[in-house]
Formats: sequence, structure tokens, C-alpha cells
Amino acid sequence: MQRIYLDHNATTPLLPAVLDRMTVVLRDQFGNPSSVHHFGQQAKSAIDEARTDVANLIGAEPSEVLFTSGGTEADNIAIRGATEALEAAGKRHVIASAIEHEAVLNTLKALSKRGWRTTLLPVEQTGIVAPAALRAALTDDTAVVSVMHANNEIGTVQPIAELAMAARERGALFHTDAVQSAGKIAIDVKALGVDMLSLSAHKFYGPKGAGALWVRRGVRVLPLLTGGRQERSRRAGTENVAGIAGMGVAARAAAKKLTEEGRRLAALRDRLEAGILRAVPGTAVNGAVEPRVPNTTNISFDRVEAESLLIALDLEGIAVSTGSACSSGTLEPSHVLKAMGFNAHRTQNSIRFSLGAANTEAEIDRVVAVLPAIVEKLRSLTRTPARA
Amino acid sequence: MRVVIAMSGGVDSSVAAALLAEQGHDVIGLSMQLYDQRAGEQTWGSCCTLDDLQDARRVAAHIGFPHYIVNFERQFRDTVISNFVQEYASGRTPLPCAHCNSDLKFSTLLDRARGLGAEHVATGHYARVEQRPDGRWLLKRSADSDKDQSYFLFSLTQDQLARAVFPVGTLTKPEVREQARRLGLAVAEKPDSQEICFIPDGDYAAFVERKQPAVARTGAIVDQSGRELGVHGGVHRFTIGQRKGLGIASTIPLYVLNIDADSGAVTVGARDALEQTRLTASQVNWVSIDAPPAPVGVRAQIRHRHKAASGAVRALPDGRAEMIFDEPQPAITPGQAVVFYDGEIVVGGGWIE
Repeated sequence: MQRIYLDHNATTPLLPAVLDRMTVVLRDQFGNPSSVHHFGQQAKSAIDEARTDVANLIGAEPSEVLFTSGGTEADNIAIRGATEALEAAGKRHVIASAIEHEAVLNTLKALSKRGWRTTLLPVEQTGIVAPAALRAALTDDTAVVSVMHANNEIGTVQPIAELAMAARERGALFHTDAVQSAGKIAIDVKALGVDMLSLSAHKFYGPKGAGALWVRRGVRVLPLLTGGRQERSRRAGTENVAGIAGMGVAARAAAKKLTEEGRRLAALRDRLEAGILRAVPGTAVNGAVEPRVPNTTNISFDRVEAESLLIALDLEGIAVSTGSACSSGTLEPSHVLKAMGFNAHRTQNSIRFSLGAANTEAEIDRVVAVLPAIVEKLRSLTRTPARA
Repeated sequence: MRVVIAMSGGVDSSVAAALLAEQGHDVIGLSMQLYDQRAGEQTWGSCCTLDDLQDARRVAAHIGFPHYIVNFERQFRDTVISNFVQEYASGRTPLPCAHCNSDLKFSTLLDRARGLGAEHVATGHYARVEQRPDGRWLLKRSADSDKDQSYFLFSLTQDQLARAVFPVGTLTKPEVREQARRLGLAVAEKPDSQEICFIPDGDYAAFVERKQPAVARTGAIVDQSGRELGVHGGVHRFTIGQRKGLGIASTIPLYVLNIDADSGAVTVGARDALEQTRLTASQVNWVSIDAPPAPVGVRAQIRHRHKAASGAVRALPDGRAEMIFDEPQPAITPGQAVVFYDGEIVVGGGWIE
């Protein structure tokens, strides 16, 4: 079966150049970066090179980039590390948007169990956080505000610069989870005016298990892992050298063709979106169409269970997704769509299509061609709730 | 044919799936998540826990067919759980597995299957389905009389039976395990699940109280003359024929004879008072015959582990039926199913009133 992969916001395949680089590191450059000798220096320089590449992707200084095991760890270091550092200063309040990834939401939950006050900012039906809502939520003891750059489910891009300025005016640090925007749209940490920014390599054709947190110079974050002095004592433990080197190659490749690939993906995405809206009655796009990362669209299918549609598409060789999966792998109503004010039905009838490097027009056209019959079939079998 | 197999992660449905795949069918495995599995809320679940779902996934990967987990929490709560709680609150003793079969596996899951292009749903039940030359679908006891589960499937309609496939219905349990070993399934030696899947600790009363706290209303334990012998903490704690947990000192063993949810009275008495020769049933589903206006001879089974007893059944108006046994039967329990058999063939069945 010719399979079509439209779930790049979940993960992306490795770029061949990334695999090549990682293979060389794993096979030949096995030294411990902390070692003084040649082998150690070789590994250390692999990390240094990657640090520069990642910094370049986001307009940062290499020394401000801290490598982690992925986006979740980066979010944790940013929020836990910064709040812990600010506890002594009397700060006891954290703010995040209601549509954050679980890495942020559950970190706030954990903080609230330790006595921190937490505020979840509402979003408008477009999926956008209104800066006025943030201004209203900020207090003098707010330590950290965390609002994601682009949302993983609907792709909308938040007005980060404006939000970050509001936080700064009240003396709060601003963190943004840029896991879904990095490598898809241009990022300049200075222009955004943020203090911390999270990245994940496997969302832009790098390996899983590698990520980074950018921390503006001068911002203090306490380490979650204590031990050796790696990563300037902010993240102890021998580095995942191959993963980091792979992330560097992926970052360099992404930076190089950002504009061109973004334009190509946006055209494909728009073709898919328009095609579905035209071919399948009872469909609608969820969230603001602009500004949005170029590869993502989230579409609701009236009178269809997203779970069934996802499985039916997979049986046709088409891989898509809904929001977040729970521990068993089943689907849950999307907390993002819920926060946007959609009813229970719409939070469970929506599908995310996220495009990537290998997708072609022919693939998009095939998806648009097979969808109407699948949806029609599912709708014909929708019954009212079973008798009790 | 394309067929959806409902996979619990146990050996029976795993072998059923593997056999269908081996026969060349286009198999899709679906496991139903029926209750919340998040950490901290793991208070129940002996079947279809995360471990069971993993077992199902591994079997599918081993044999090489697609497998998905579908979230039926809402449907399970609205059909099986709510009925279970309501029945206990009404002084009856529910049979959730039968409801799960007709109201979930062969309705919601079947709809899902059809949406995926599969006109049949297979399960690991020990029962057989056959089509008679005149087109009528028959439900029959399994080849393994000890494991037979036809009792739990009596309420399947003709349309549901036409779409049901029971690949292990012609096998005995030892043969199923033998097949599992032959097929190299990791679940070959997995123990059978025993309790009701959503109450692994077997404490039904505590479960019902959690779901419906108002049910824990004290009432009187009385003898057959109405004399009060003691008090109890709620009618949901009792089932007809129950002997343990009455908390009453008596020279002869006492059994629960009757439960009156309205007054809260639980009547107890000697064992011989438990025996009855007549019962009526509602929501009767006639399988091998049309509703019989005149009595027909059958053997009737009144609970899972009951040896079917002979007598005659006839249809009453409004989907009801009356069964007269040749010999008195102990502990005829409202809420349980009565299933009528003609040899191995299920004639029909209903809910004991």
C-alpha cells in the first residue's frame, strides 16, 4: 500500500543528512565530551557545532542554548527551573494559555500542588490569546508566563511579541514553547522579546530524544537534574552527542530552506483545505486561518467521530491525527478545541492534517478523492445513543 | 471478508483473531477502552487494562494485522454501568456481560466496524452461530460445555447474529490454549479473567455506592412473617439466595428470599423457601422460533452456572414470557437472564422479573 503521511506535527522522518551525521558520531566520535583528550574534544566539538546551528535557527547566541532530551524537558526546565529560582523573591504565580501542550499544563498542575497559584488564559474562538487577557491576569508576584508560539493541533500562531512585552512590563519572565513553529516559520528570539524558548529536534526532521531550551543570558533557571557540570551546570549528565549533532544538522537544513519550503507547504495545505471543504459537506476549519504555521490544518467533520475517521483513513493508508492521545492510545476530546469554545461534538469530530517535506500534490489529491466516500459511509452508520 | 475482532487482550479473543487471519480474512483488531485509565484513577479494571491493551497490540503485531483502541467510555457508562447500578438500586441482580454484548459489542462496535467496511464482528466468545436452511440464524452452545457463553448472548437479534463470528466456539479451552501456543501468542498461558471486568476487587456494593451514594439507605431484615430480625445498609448489598453477610444469628441457615427496594425490606428464610417453579421474564428475545403462544418444552438456565432445568415456556403479551419448571428451582433472581434451550440450540431468553 502506498502510504501518505500527514502527521508531521506528531513527528517527522529523519533527514538523510541527519542520519549520516548521527551514524558518524555514533560509530566514530564516541568520546565523552567532558574528557580532556582527543576523543573527548571530538565529541565536544560536535556539540559546539550543533549549538551554533540551533542558535542560528532562532537568532540566538550559541552560549544561550541548552540541550535537553526534547521539548517536554525544555518546557519543564523553563517553568520549574525559573519558578524555583524566583521562589526566594516571593513570586508564587504562574500563567499559561489554556491550549498549551500537556508538557506545560501538567507542569503547572504539579506547581499548583506545591502551593503556586496558576492561571490558564482563555483563548478566543480563533485560538488566539488576547494580550488584554494576559494583562488582566498578571500580578506583581507572577514569576513566569508560558504561551506557545504555534499550537500543535490547529497551527495558529500567537502574538508572542505583544504578550512577552506585557509580561515584561509586570516583571514576569516569558517562556514560549516553539516546538511546533521551529523549522516551519522564521523565529528571532530578540524580535519576539521572550526570555526562554523550547525546541524539539524530531519535529523538524531531527532525531527523537533531542531538544533544546534557549535561555536569554542573565535569566536564572535552577537545574532539574543535578550532577556533573554539563550544559553550564544547568543539565547534568553525559550528553546525547549523536542526537545533538543530528539536531544541529536538522536545524541548519531547516533554516536554509525555511521560506521556500514554507511557501510550498502552505500551497499544498491550502489545496487540501479547499479540496476537503469543497468535496465534503459539513466541514469547517478550526481556528484562525492566519497567522498559522504553513503545514497545518484542523478540520471538523459534522456527524462523524474523529476516532472512526482516523482509523478508516489509516486503513486507506492515510496517516492523520486528532489532538492528544491518552495513555492507552485512544483519543480524548481536544482540550484545545474545548478552550476555543466548541461544543462536545466538535471537540470529537475534528482531524488534524499536518504536512511535511515528502508530501506531493498527487498525495493531497488522493486524500481529497477518498474522503467523501469514507465520511459518507461513517455518517450513514451514525445512530442515536444505544438503548439503556 | 473484512472482519473486526473485538480484542480484550485475553487468550480467547487473541486466538480468535489469529485464526481468522490465518484463514485469510482481512482482520482489523479493535480494543475497547471502557473506563478511564489515567494514573490516580485506576480503581478498577481487570480486563482491558493498559496491560491487556498492550497484550492485544502485541498479538496484532505478531500476526500482522492492524489494531486500534477505541474509546467507548461514554457508551459503556451510559449503557452497561448505568444499568448495573440501577438494577442493584432496584433490588435486582444485574448481568452486565449480556448488556455489554448486545448494547456495546454488537451495536456500537458493530456500527464502527461497518464504518470501516467490515460487515462482521468477531469475538472470543464460546458459542456458535449457524444459519438454518430457511435463513434463520441460530445461536448454539459452545463445543466446550464448561466454558459455554451462549447464556450471555441470548439477546442478540437475527441481524446481530448474522454479523457475529465466534471463531473459538467450536473449540474447547485446552484446544484454544494449544492453538495459542502453536501460533506463538504471548498470551497462551494468561489466566482467565474471573470477576466482572470493571470491578476487579469483586466489591459490587462499594462500586454501586460510589456511583450512586443515595443507594446506601438502611432497611430492615425481616422473616417471612414480617418480623424484624435486624437492619442492613442498603438493598444493593443483597442478591436472592445470598447466605453470607446477613449479620443475623439463627439456628438454621438463612437465605435472602426477597428484596423490596421501595420499602427497603430484605426478607430472609430457610433454604426450601427459596425454591420456585414459575418465573416470568420481560424483553424476551426469541431466537430459534417465533414467540410461542402455547407452552413448548425447553430446558431453562437461570444463571451462568445453573444447569438448565426442564419445563415449558410460553409467550405473554408485551414481549414477556412465562416459564414453568418441572421441578422447583432455587434462587430465581430478578435481573438475571433466563435462557431457554432446545438441546444445544438457544430458543430464546429474557430478563427475569
